[in-house]
Amino acid sequence: MIQRLQKTCRELLETGKVDVVIGYGQKHPELPPYPVFVTAPDEVGQLVWNAQCVMNLTTYLTRKEVKALGRPAIIVKGCDAKALIVLEKESQIDRSQIVVIGVACQGVIGGHPVDGQDPRAATAAKCKVCDVHMPPGVDITLGETDSGPVTAAWRYSDLDAFMDQTPEERMAFWQEEFERCIKCYACRQVCPLCYCEQCVVDKNRPTRVSTSASLKGNYAWHITRAFHLAGRCIGCDECTRACPAGIDLRLLNLSLARAAEENFGYRAGYDPQAEAVIGAFSEQDKESFIG
Amino acid sequence: MTQKQHLDTQEGSFEPKIIAYVCNWCTYLGADLAGTNRLEYPANVRIIRLPCTGRIDFNLIVKAFEVGADAVLVSGCHPGDCHYTSGNYHARRRWMLFRELLNTLGIEMDRIHFTWISAAEGRKFQQVISEITEKTRQMGPYRAYKRICEAS
Repeated sequence: MIQRLQKTCRELLETGKVDVVIGYGQKHPELPPYPVFVTAPDEVGQLVWNAQCVMNLTTYLTRKEVKALGRPAIIVKGCDAKALIVLEKESQIDRSQIVVIGVACQGVIGGHPVDGQDPRAATAAKCKVCDVHMPPGVDITLGETDSGPVTAAWRYSDLDAFMDQTPEERMAFWQEEFERCIKCYACRQVCPLCYCEQCVVDKNRPTRVSTSASLKGNYAWHITRAFHLAGRCIGCDECTRACPAGIDLRLLNLSLARAAEENFGYRAGYDPQAEAVIGAFSEQDKESFIG
Repeated sequence: MTQKQHLDTQEGSFEPKIIAYVCNWCTYLGADLAGTNRLEYPANVRIIRLPCTGRIDFNLIVKAFEVGADAVLVSGCHPGDCHYTSGNYHARRRWMLFRELLNTLGIEMDRIHFTWISAAEGRKFQQVISEITEKTRQMGPYRAYKRICEAS
């Protein structure tokens, strides 16, 4: 599989179809993989693919520094491929200028597996409900896998369990979570869909979102971050992985994803033709909550 | 003693602070009509006029609680009546999702109100403000969010 991946990328670079391959590199099987940008055919030996390749590389496609490298090829898993669909829908990428190499994925490792523990137990939360083991809409597919077992009963089951708590308990939970936030904005930086050149939180005339890392500012930021991704978040959970404070941002993303699906039958990143939730409307939209 | 502390400590004299974001073309004129018709409504409401409900950024709702509101009202034109054709439809859709997010965060949903009030509905404006004020008075100050804002 890795040899085929390297061979494919070598061909792409040698024929000049692409100038750079955005993929995963790894120094040692025990060390975490990191993103690599391969620009010469002789360097394709760096490329790897395994269940530790958690990162969603599509976040680099919209970066100035990466665009400067020329026409890209990118290695994506099923979940990452969804980000491409949203980026294209929002006119952020020209899909015809990108070679997308999809890899069959049976799930990636979520955290650090404990010794003696079944490795499946360490599968990332998103993989337990994944329904895109074979990435859709890619140019080259490598590897094969069956649709894969969806191990959780329902893709929103984690959210359901959380929502069983009372509002007071939920408030207390988030207060504890947000208290730890240090406003490093890693959640924003890593997100493939947070591509604004100037984020609303960086605008200070006037200041819309309190920028201090106080609890008040943290609430304002996390509400803003989550809602700017409403109906857009594809659930790659990179924000949750990147968070140094371990804040469970996934729950917020899930709640908005479920609202979009239940009310509008829309799931971000699945249908390139579907009308986006925000920016469109229907006269039939529910308004039972409006007096 | 600041006014905020005063409100928090003396339950009996609690007067809710309500921030109302209203659209320029319908609800604001509805409020105006209530005024010209001498319809009395509680002075607890602070009206903030915006061009359209479509202009009401969700950050403004957060901001309202940050500055000490006990309840927030967002109000604009009835569906089909938007001065800009579709601003209220866009807003409605946004609120549907935003409410879900706030609910997940455990924000008290009884403190956020959405209504359509037209320029002819001065009486409805009076009723809505009276009801919200009374309801908020019974719920008491929004201590949970005030604590968030006071924490360092």
